[in-house]
Amino acid sequence: MTDTAPVSSAPLLEVENLRVHYPLRGGLLRRVVDHVRAVDDVSFPGARGRTTGLVGESGSGKTTIGRALIKLAPITGGSIRFNGTELTTLSNREFLPFRKRVQMIFQDPFNSLNPRMTVEAIIREPLDIHFPKQGVAEKRERVAGLLRRVGLEPDHMHRYPHQFSGGQRQRIGIARALAVEPEFIICDEAVSALDVSVQAQVVNLLQDLQAELGLTYLFIAHDLAVVEHISDHVLVMHRGKLVESASAEEIYREPKADYTRKLLDAVPRL
Amino acid sequence: MLAFLLRRLLTLVPLLLGVTLLAFLLMWLAPGDFLTPMKMQRDIPADLIQQLEADFGLNRPWYVQYGYWLGNVLQLNLGYSWSFKVPVSDLIGSRLFSTFLLSLTSTLFAWVVAIPLGVLAAIYKDSIFDRVSSFLAYAALSIPEFFLALLAVWFAAVTGWFPVGGATSIEYDYLSAGGQFVDRLYHLILPTLVLGIGGVAGLMRVMRANFLDTIRAEYVQTARAKGVPEGVVMFKHVLRNALNPLISAFGFSFSGLLSGALIVEIVMNYPGLGNLIYQALLREDQFVVLASIMLSCVMLVLGNLVADLCLAWSDPRIRLENQE
Repeated sequence: MTDTAPVSSAPLLEVENLRVHYPLRGGLLRRVVDHVRAVDDVSFPGARGRTTGLVGESGSGKTTIGRALIKLAPITGGSIRFNGTELTTLSNREFLPFRKRVQMIFQDPFNSLNPRMTVEAIIREPLDIHFPKQGVAEKRERVAGLLRRVGLEPDHMHRYPHQFSGGQRQRIGIARALAVEPEFIICDEAVSALDVSVQAQVVNLLQDLQAELGLTYLFIAHDLAVVEHISDHVLVMHRGKLVESASAEEIYREPKADYTRKLLDAVPRL
Repeated sequence: MLAFLLRRLLTLVPLLLGVTLLAFLLMWLAPGDFLTPMKMQRDIPADLIQQLEADFGLNRPWYVQYGYWLGNVLQLNLGYSWSFKVPVSDLIGSRLFSTFLLSLTSTLFAWVVAIPLGVLAAIYKDSIFDRVSSFLAYAALSIPEFFLALLAVWFAAVTGWFPVGGATSIEYDYLSAGGQFVDRLYHLILPTLVLGIGGVAGLMRVMRANFLDTIRAEYVQTARAKGVPEGVVMFKHVLRNALNPLISAFGFSFSGLLSGALIVEIVMNYPGLGNLIYQALLREDQFVVLASIMLSCVMLVLGNLVADLCLAWSDPRIRLENQE
């Protein structure tokens, strides 16, 4: 880790009063008549080397938060500080170095890999952008190493995404995210589309990687059971607002918000 | 790959047999034959007509006629055109080049214009450009081709900038090779525009819709998250994936090239195959009709074959070898 911040106890990520509003147009002239408040006044820290869980039902704005963090959703207001740097005011060009440091693992392993590209091309593309000086052989070596790291074979790099199972594809997605040696990874429903047994494998892989590389995660999911397992701190979202923020244990022991209680009741117990 | 090609080409055999048999049967069922106009003229003696009927084989049952024709085709003899008095292969050969040229230029024109327009309309969705281009596309789709052709002819006649009709000038045979090339191109401009405009409008709308579909794919977000520049995202990640349906459509448009230009050929006096086939059908000039139907069939199969090969080349998920 090439961390220059003097105090490593300060959170890597600080989100304050983040708002993402989408205009709703209506009427004959398609004027803006209202806004959808996808994310409304949300603040939370992302502790260094820890996992922050973000739960909520579909449409509660959790994915939008993830996207806003990496400038894939338009930010209406508020502040996002990454390692002390304000991100919301950066232009796309200025933001490019942060694309190396913050990566995202997407929900749908079937749709998040370009079907026209080989696994090698998919994992190498970010290397071409962020490590332009590396040679082809070196990059290929790194792709092989990354595949091995996530539990796949280096030979797999010549295959196409459709030749893999859902779990394997998600591992490719993780290898892709790790390629640029990020410090912070947003896992946007990274295991929701997988079978339960495969979910456990992928979650374990993510935890191993965190222990090994000191990664910081924002783990977005609608499944409280998974979030409880992986997170140190849990945020609960409802209709664009944060309704509860507490440590994982606390939230399960004594949930404060009604909504959290409802969510907990909805978790199937065996 | 070779097995796939051979299997595809083999399907042509039953297809051609079936289609020509059907065409033959239909022509036989239709009242009258090639000699009917002659029979109507009282000054032609009956025994001459009988003589001609025997010469043409029209007095025999249709299946015998079909058998003879099939035998000749197997020896690569497409027969003789009764109305044009030349071998069918010469007749079609002379027209095929003009038609092929026109189809090629108009298809090329349609693709080269429609794809960038569709992409831009999708990228700048709901902008002024998108609205104006959709409006123009609907307008182009709703104007009949013959009317556009008439407008083009009128335009050529009024301004004198373009030839009013034909594929070559009168002095074509006396021009140098370069001059002949330029002359051909000059005559192609207006027919290409008229035929191409309808294609542009349709293709553009399809391209826009596909592009918008693909833009929403998660791998596009992935690419952006990787830090891929927006232009590269659009071309490398979106466009390549959005092209599939257009490539399939190309296969069908290839087969329509022969007959699709009929009205434009007539209005603009372009010596193409469409016009020839139409004339042959009206006159029941059997062998010309059969040969042109076979040609359309072959073009359809070949067009789809080319489209499938292009798809397999552009999309790694499609592997021809494993297909049934």
